[in-house]
Amino acid sequence: MDPVLSTVRLTVREAVHTLSSSEDGGCIFSTLGSLKRYLGETENPALPEEQEEFARIHFSTFLRCLVGKLSPDWLELLPDGQLEELWASFFLEGPADQAFLVLMEAIEGAASPSFRLMKMARLLARFLSAGRMAAVMEGQCRQQTEPAFSLLQETLLSKVVGLPDHLGNRLQRENLAGFFPQNYFPLLGEELLQALQVVVESLRGGLDCSVSFLSQVLGKACVHGRQKELLGVLVPRLTALTQGSCLWQRVCWRLVERVPDRAMEAVLTGLVEAASGPEVLSWLLGNLVMKSKKAQFVMTQKLLFLQYRYTTPVLRSLLGYLAMDSQRRPLLIQALKELLETWGSSSAIRRAPLAQQHYISKAILVCLAHLGEAELQDCRDELLASLMAGVQSHLDSSLPSVRRLGMIVAEVASAQIHPEGPPLRFQYEEDELTRELLALATPQPAADSPSEAGPPVAPLTAETPNEEMVSSGGPQAQPEGSDSELDSDDEFVPYDMSGDTELRSSKAPVYVRDCVEALTTSENWERWEATLRALEGLIFRSPAATQEVSVELAKVLLHLEEKTGVAGFEGLRQRALVAVTVTDPVRVAEYLTTQFYALNYSLRQRMDILDVLTLAAQELSRPGRRQKPPQRGPPGPGPQPGSPATPAWRAVVEERIRSKTRRVSKGSAGQGPAADPNKFNSVAGYFFFPLIQLFDRPLVTFDLLGDDQLVLGRLVHTLGALMYLSVNTMVAVPMGKALLEFVWALRFHGDIYVRQGLLSAVSSVLLSVPAERLLADLPDELLEAQSWLADVAQKDPDEDCRTLAIKALLLLEKLRDKLLPPPPP
Amino acid sequence: MPLAPGTSHTSDFAGRSWSEAWTEGRDTPGDCIPPSMVAPPSPPPPPPDPQFVLRGSRSAVHALHFCGGAQGQGHPLLLSGQGRDLRVHVWDLAEGRNAIVDSVCLESVGFCRGSVLACGPQRWMLAMPGKGGDEVQILEMPSKTSVCSLKPEAEARPGMPMCLQLWQADSSPLPLLLAGYEDGSVALWDVSARKVCSRVACHEEPVMGLDFDSQKARGVSGSAEKALAVWSLDEQRALQVHGTHQLTNPGVADVRIRPDRRLLATAGWDHRIRVFHWRTMKPLAVLAFHSAAVHCLAFATDGLLAAGSGDQRISVWSLYPRM
Repeated sequence: MDPVLSTVRLTVREAVHTLSSSEDGGCIFSTLGSLKRYLGETENPALPEEQEEFARIHFSTFLRCLVGKLSPDWLELLPDGQLEELWASFFLEGPADQAFLVLMEAIEGAASPSFRLMKMARLLARFLSAGRMAAVMEGQCRQQTEPAFSLLQETLLSKVVGLPDHLGNRLQRENLAGFFPQNYFPLLGEELLQALQVVVESLRGGLDCSVSFLSQVLGKACVHGRQKELLGVLVPRLTALTQGSCLWQRVCWRLVERVPDRAMEAVLTGLVEAASGPEVLSWLLGNLVMKSKKAQFVMTQKLLFLQYRYTTPVLRSLLGYLAMDSQRRPLLIQALKELLETWGSSSAIRRAPLAQQHYISKAILVCLAHLGEAELQDCRDELLASLMAGVQSHLDSSLPSVRRLGMIVAEVASAQIHPEGPPLRFQYEEDELTRELLALATPQPAADSPSEAGPPVAPLTAETPNEEMVSSGGPQAQPEGSDSELDSDDEFVPYDMSGDTELRSSKAPVYVRDCVEALTTSENWERWEATLRALEGLIFRSPAATQEVSVELAKVLLHLEEKTGVAGFEGLRQRALVAVTVTDPVRVAEYLTTQFYALNYSLRQRMDILDVLTLAAQELSRPGRRQKPPQRGPPGPGPQPGSPATPAWRAVVEERIRSKTRRVSKGSAGQGPAADPNKFNSVAGYFFFPLIQLFDRPLVTFDLLGDDQLVLGRLVHTLGALMYLSVNTMVAVPMGKALLEFVWALRFHGDIYVRQGLLSAVSSVLLSVPAERLLADLPDELLEAQSWLADVAQKDPDEDCRTLAIKALLLLEKLRDKLLPPPPP
Repeated sequence: MPLAPGTSHTSDFAGRSWSEAWTEGRDTPGDCIPPSMVAPPSPPPPPPDPQFVLRGSRSAVHALHFCGGAQGQGHPLLLSGQGRDLRVHVWDLAEGRNAIVDSVCLESVGFCRGSVLACGPQRWMLAMPGKGGDEVQILEMPSKTSVCSLKPEAEARPGMPMCLQLWQADSSPLPLLLAGYEDGSVALWDVSARKVCSRVACHEEPVMGLDFDSQKARGVSGSAEKALAVWSLDEQRALQVHGTHQLTNPGVADVRIRPDRRLLATAGWDHRIRVFHWRTMKPLAVLAFHSAAVHCLAFATDGLLAAGSGDQRISVWSLYPRM
C-alpha cells in the first residue's frame, strides 16, 4: 500500500476519533488544525498527493463528522468562537462541490427548527456570499465528463438550481434573504459569469474545459422560470464581454448550444427578451439556429406563430438576428412566407385573437423592412398570392381593426414586394397602432423627406416680427427712439375672434316644404348646403309642417348624395333624418324599415337606416326632451348689442342673491328631469318588428345571412339598442320574445361582430323586460340562453365576446336573486 | 371734428343736407372708452360694439375722410373719388358749408380712388386714373394743370390702376406714388422722374387697397383674395414682399394704418372689419357689424376708426385708444 495514502487515512481516522470522544477544547483545536494542512494555505502544507487523497476520499466523511458534532456545548469548548471559526473554515476552504453537497444534505437532514439547522443555513449563506458557488461550477467545468460523474453532476445540478426551494421548505418563516429566489438567481448569474471567466482564462492558457454543466444550470434555472433574474444579470455583462472578444463569443455560443433541448425554449425566449438588439443576439447565439433543430423551431415557429405576448422590440431583435447573417437569411424569407400565409388565411382571421393578428402583422412588416428587393423577387409570386388572399379576407371582416390591419400591411407589403406596380392606397384613420405599424416598416429613421408641397409661387413665408427688418429698411433714416416707444404695444389685448367664420352668402329656405325642393332640384350648391345646414333646426321648429312632408323628406334625405364636399355632410344628413323620424315616428319608421329590406340600396344606405332608427329611438325615449332647445342654430347675422353681457350679469345677481339668502332646509338645488311619458312607448313596435321579420329572406342584391354579415352585425346591434330603449314600455315583452328567438337562430354565427351584437342583445332583453314576465313567459328561452352564454364565456376566441357573455350571465344571476324570496332568517 | 363721407357710385348727393347723418353722434368721441376695454385680459373680451352708427346716407358708402377742422388751411379740401358722372369734385366744407367749388373731368371709368398730397399752402397734388386704362394722371390743384401722366412700360402690362397713394419721403420733397394694379402688383413711381422705381407682385388678384407707413418703410395691401401682403421699401427704393397674412374670407376693399402706426384695419367683403397690430400683424379684433361689404375705412388723427359699407351705414369705432 502506498505509504502516503495510509498516512492520510491514519491521520483522518485519529482525528475523527478525537473529535467524537474528546471533551477537551484544546485537543480538538489542535487536531483540527493538523487536518487543515491538507487543505493547503497554511505555513507548512501537506504534500500535494496527500492533499489530493484527502480531498478525494476523506473530505466529505470528515465534514459529515464535523456536522454531527455541531451543538452549542461543543462550540463553547473554546472561548470567542474560535472553534466555530475553525469548523466553518473547512466548509469554506475545502473542495467546494463536496462542501456544498454536505451542507445541503445536513440542512435537509436537520430537525425542523433547530440550532443545527440555523447554523448550517447561516454557513450556507456565508458559503454563497464568499463566492464559493463559482468554485462549485468551476470544478465541474474542469472535469471532463465521465460516466461516473454524471450522477454527481445531476445531484449537484438539482441542488444548485433548487437551492431556494429546498431552503424555503426547510426554514419556512425563518428563511434568510439570501435564499429568496429574487436574490439567489442574480447571485447565481454572477457566479456563472465568474465560472465562465475562469473557463475563458483556462482556454487562453491552452487547457480544455467543458461548459456543459454551466449550460445545464442555465437551462434548468430558465425552465424553472427564472429567466428574468438570471439573464437580467447575465445578458448585459455577456453583451459587453462578447462585443470585443471572439473567444468570449465562442464560449457563449457553446454555452447556449449545450443547453439541453428541453430547456432550449426557456433559455432562448429569455435571451431574446433580455437582449437589447439584434447585434447582441447575434453575438450571444452565433449561428445557433443553423446548428440546433430545436433552436430553429423555437426561433422561427414558436416565437412567431405560437406565442404573441412579446413586445415589438423583442420581435425586432429576433427578426433582426435572423437577417444579420447570410446563412440565416433563408430562414427569414421562409418565415416571411409562412407569416404571410398565416396572415392571409381567412380561418385564422376569423378565429385567432386580435392581439395575435397584430403580432403577426408586425412581424411581417419587420421582415419586409429587413429583406431586400432581390430576395423578395425570388419568391414574389408566392408572396403576392398570399398577400392578395389576405387583403381580401381582412377587408371582408366586420371588425374595423382587422380591416385596418389588412390595409396597412397591404400598403406596405405591396410597395415592397411589387415596387414597380401602382402603389396601393387605403383610407384609414391614424391612431397609435397604425403609427406604430407604419414606423416598423421603416427601420432606420429616414432622413430624406422631400417636401413636395412647397409653394410653387414666390416663397412668401408667414411674417415674423423681426425688429431688425422693421427698423433697418426704409429710405429715410429715423431716430432710434421711435421704435422702442412702439415696442410697448404688447398690451393690446385681442378681442374674442371666435365668430370669424367663413361667410355663407346664400340664404337657407325658411319653410320645410321648400327644403325638399331645394335639396332635390337646386343647381345652386350654396343654397343646397345652406338648406342642409338649416334643415334640422327647421324641422324642430315646425313639427306640424314637417309631418305633412315627412316621408317625402325622409326619402330625399335617404337618397341624398354628397356632391360638393360639404364639411360634415354625413352628420348633417343623419341629424336631419333623425329629426324627421322623431317628428313623425310612425310613418317615417314604417318607410325606413320597409326600405331596409327593399331592393337597390347600397349597404351604406341600409346601415344609415339602422343608425337613424337607433338615434331616433334614443331621442324619443329620452325623458324631458321637450325642455331641451334644439341644436344650436347657425350663428346669427350679427351680435345684438349688449346681449353677450347678459349671462355674466345674471350670474352675478344670482350669486349675490344666493350669498344673502339663508335657506332653512337645503333641498336638492336643481330639480331632476320632469316626469314625462316615454314617447317611444307607442311607436317602439314600428321600429322593431319590421326589422326583425325579414332577415332570413335573401334578395338579389342583399343577403344578410350570406356575404352581408357586416349589415347583419349592425342589424343585431340596432335591435339590441331598440330593445334596451324600450324599457318600461308595454311592447317590451313580445319584443324580448322575438329577440331571443332571433338570437337563438343566429347563435353560432361565425362573425365576431355579429356574435357581439347577439350577446349585447341578450343583455338588453334581460335589462328591459320585467323580471316576472321574463320568467313567466320565456323560461325555456332563458334556459337555452343561459347554457349558450356559459359556453361562449368559456370557449369563444374573442375576448370581447367572452366579456359580454359574462356580463349577460351576471345579469341573469341578478335576476334570479331578485325573484327568489329571501331565505327565512 | 366733422366726418365727411365721400360720394357713392350710386348717387350724387351734392347739395343734400347732412344734418340727418348725426342722429347718434356725440360731440367728443375721443374721451369715451367702450366698456369692453376695462375688462380683465382673460378670457378674451367679447368683440366691441361700434361707438356710434351714422345712418341716412341712403346709398352705399364708398369713401370716407376725416377732415381736420383745426388745420388752419383756409377751407379744407375733400376729394370725393370719382362718381359715375366721371367727375372729381372739389368741395368747400368750411363753416359747415358743403358746396362743390370745382370739378375735374375724368377720362376713365374704374373703381380707383384718387389720392391727394398737400404740396404747400393751398396747393395740392392729385393722382387719379388717367386715360388708356393703365395710366395714372397727376394734376396740380387747384389750378388743374396736368403735371404728368404715368404710363407703365409697354411690356409690363399691369392692367388698370386699382388704388393710389401719393406720399413724400421725409428726406426729399420729391413726391412718390404707390399704385396697386389689376394684376396684383404694387409699383412705386417717382413722379418727378416719371418712372417706376420698383414693382413687386404681391397678389394673384387685383390689388384693392394699400397703405404705406413711411416711417417704417413698410406697407400693406389687400386684394380680392384671402390674404394681406406686407411689403417693405429698402434704401434703393426697391419693394420687397415680407410676408402674407391669411384671412378667413376673401376680399379686402380697403386697408388703413392708424396715424400712430400701431394698428392696421382692413375692410372686408365679408362685412367685417379686421384689426391687426401693425408691427407684428397679430390679429386683434374682428368687428362684425355691417350687413354688407365694407367699402372704405378712415382713421381720425385721434385714432377713431370709421367704416363705410354697402348697407348704407357708417360705423365709428374707438379701439385701443392712444395712451
